[in-house]
Amino acid sequence: MEILDILLTVNFWAAAIRIATPLIFGVLGALMCERAGVLNLGIEGIFTAGAMAGWMAVWLGCGLWTGVLVAALAGAIFGLLHAILTVVLGLSQHVSGIGITLLATSLGYFTYRTALPNVSTPPRIIPFQPLDIPVLSDIPFIGPVLFQQTALTLLAFILVGLVAWLLYRTPLGLALRAVGDNPSSIEAQGLSVRGLRIGAVVAGSSLMALGGAFLTMSAFDAFFFGMVNGRGWICIALVVFASWQPGKALLGALLFGAFDAFQIRLQTEVGAFVPGQVFLMMPYLLSILALILVARKADYPRSLLVPWFKGQR
Amino acid sequence: MMRISLQPRSNVSLNARIIISIIAALAAFALVAVPVSFAGVSPLTAYWLMFKGSFGSMFAFSETLTRATPLILTGLAAAIAFRAKLWNIGAEGQLYAGALAAIGVGSGLLSLPAPLLIPAVVLAGIVAGGLLMVIPALLKLRFGADEVVVTLLLNFIVILFVQMLIEGPIKDPLALGWPQSVPLVDAAAFPKLFARMRVHGGLILGLVAALALWIVISKTVLGFEIRAVGQNKAAARFAGVPVNATMLKVALISGGLAGLAGVSEVAGVKGYLSADLSPGFGYSGIVVAMLAGLHPLGVVLAALFVAAVFVGADSMSRATGVSNYLADLVVALSLLCVLVGGFFLRFRLKFERAAVPVQMGE
Repeated sequence: MEILDILLTVNFWAAAIRIATPLIFGVLGALMCERAGVLNLGIEGIFTAGAMAGWMAVWLGCGLWTGVLVAALAGAIFGLLHAILTVVLGLSQHVSGIGITLLATSLGYFTYRTALPNVSTPPRIIPFQPLDIPVLSDIPFIGPVLFQQTALTLLAFILVGLVAWLLYRTPLGLALRAVGDNPSSIEAQGLSVRGLRIGAVVAGSSLMALGGAFLTMSAFDAFFFGMVNGRGWICIALVVFASWQPGKALLGALLFGAFDAFQIRLQTEVGAFVPGQVFLMMPYLLSILALILVARKADYPRSLLVPWFKGQR
Repeated sequence: MMRISLQPRSNVSLNARIIISIIAALAAFALVAVPVSFAGVSPLTAYWLMFKGSFGSMFAFSETLTRATPLILTGLAAAIAFRAKLWNIGAEGQLYAGALAAIGVGSGLLSLPAPLLIPAVVLAGIVAGGLLMVIPALLKLRFGADEVVVTLLLNFIVILFVQMLIEGPIKDPLALGWPQSVPLVDAAAFPKLFARMRVHGGLILGLVAALALWIVISKTVLGFEIRAVGQNKAAARFAGVPVNATMLKVALISGGLAGLAGVSEVAGVKGYLSADLSPGFGYSGIVVAMLAGLHPLGVVLAALFVAAVFVGADSMSRATGVSNYLADLVVALSLLCVLVGGFFLRFRLKFERAAVPVQMGE
């Protein structure tokens, strides 16, 4: 009975979508990279870099949307670095990704500490405010759940559609999907395997950075050390769960957000009897569980992790 | 027109590998000079202070060795796993599991004299770390679940589990509300190597482990199987190598080494377990292993380098005010640079005038 009560409230679903938003950006980004055949374990660091860069731009006086652009640009730069190492030089995608995560995280932290050497409480910015769209926001239940979120959440939903359209309805999308499955077919058509892969990794990485930017510019209003807290890794698990499809990625992120919102509410109910850490473990356990459930049937892009060199069959 | 073609090198000498790692480390320092300048300090001053802070005195050197001890062990953990292409990114979690087991066995449960208690504590930590790594290895073999993601996520789970215990059942009532575990009994503590220095017996364990692992990898059947599995799983299976069993053994050894790092920190340095026991030793271990070219003896040198960077950066930071995240930057860039260096070990660049198509072979 009580569980049903929780599931029927507007607040619960609004929170679920809020929690899902950075994951939607992250899963879409990881999906773009992996569809083109490149695993991007830089995601955790790119989240941090995006969170830091977007926040810092606004803190220095830029507008919020400029901050979003700055975050995306930071993501793109780290994506380009990952692409050069893994696509151009054909180096280990695992190790390069871990390296990018270490680099992006430490560069973010170093920049923050250098700009703000002596602050104990992180300075705040005025973040994105919940939208109030006429008509749509007034729809009962759906209005407050979907249309009173911030603009970045709406952007995430729009990007799901956009990425799906790109992948399945455009020649570029066809080429992107092919380059992760069978790169030689792309070469046979006279297209550039490397160009497509580099483009996908750069674009995907800037999407990941937007997930980070959401944290500092919408969910919170400041930058904290360790604030990404494994969200990037969770996205990597969710991509497998979503079988590399944008629609399922959205569904997976929302399901995840709903579970997380639910455990937070459960925590207030039974928190006196169960230690808080048990609840905090849930997202990670859930991700592992999701991975186990789908891993056997998972239809990995066939050339994922395989570097491609011209003239090699 | 000038064309660059790449020709694979047939064999790479040990010297070339060492030189590549040294160049990578120097390149990392050269790159980090940019952010250091932005921080308002001359890079040369900063680097000189780092050097003095890590090697400038007996005390400084002892601190560097203390810091290198867990890095040797997590570096070995990554090195053996990566050799078999088992991507264990979970050394951080395994380290905490080992530390937790050390507290479980060594905080009063067993009342044994030191010569018996220390091996018991060490063994408990190795088993705990090893078993924690067996979980993702089994999930990979049984369900095909990617071990990278599972080990990464397990890190968070284990640290939360440790937090839960040190705020609950194993909380030290005498720690004034500070969340830390009950202390290890004196008989379980590793002996110090020198008077008034922090460097402890864990360093000897690390060096022995490196030597043992080198012998295992280069001289035993298991070592051959590990290398075979790492190079080509299908070919190894065809040649009769028990691939799954080898993977499980590697998982046990790798996790066990990371668990031993946790024991070493608890029994050698802290004396108790807290949630800030490791400032990312597990992740730095990956860099150590890569800088070492996955060679167990190289791991010792690479760990010493990474430890010196961290200890030196702390000291430099106190003197100049430049953030000690500088160390993380140097370490991250070293990893990326040594990765690029690996490219030049695999291929020889050849400059040609003719319009020959670019050739790249495996």
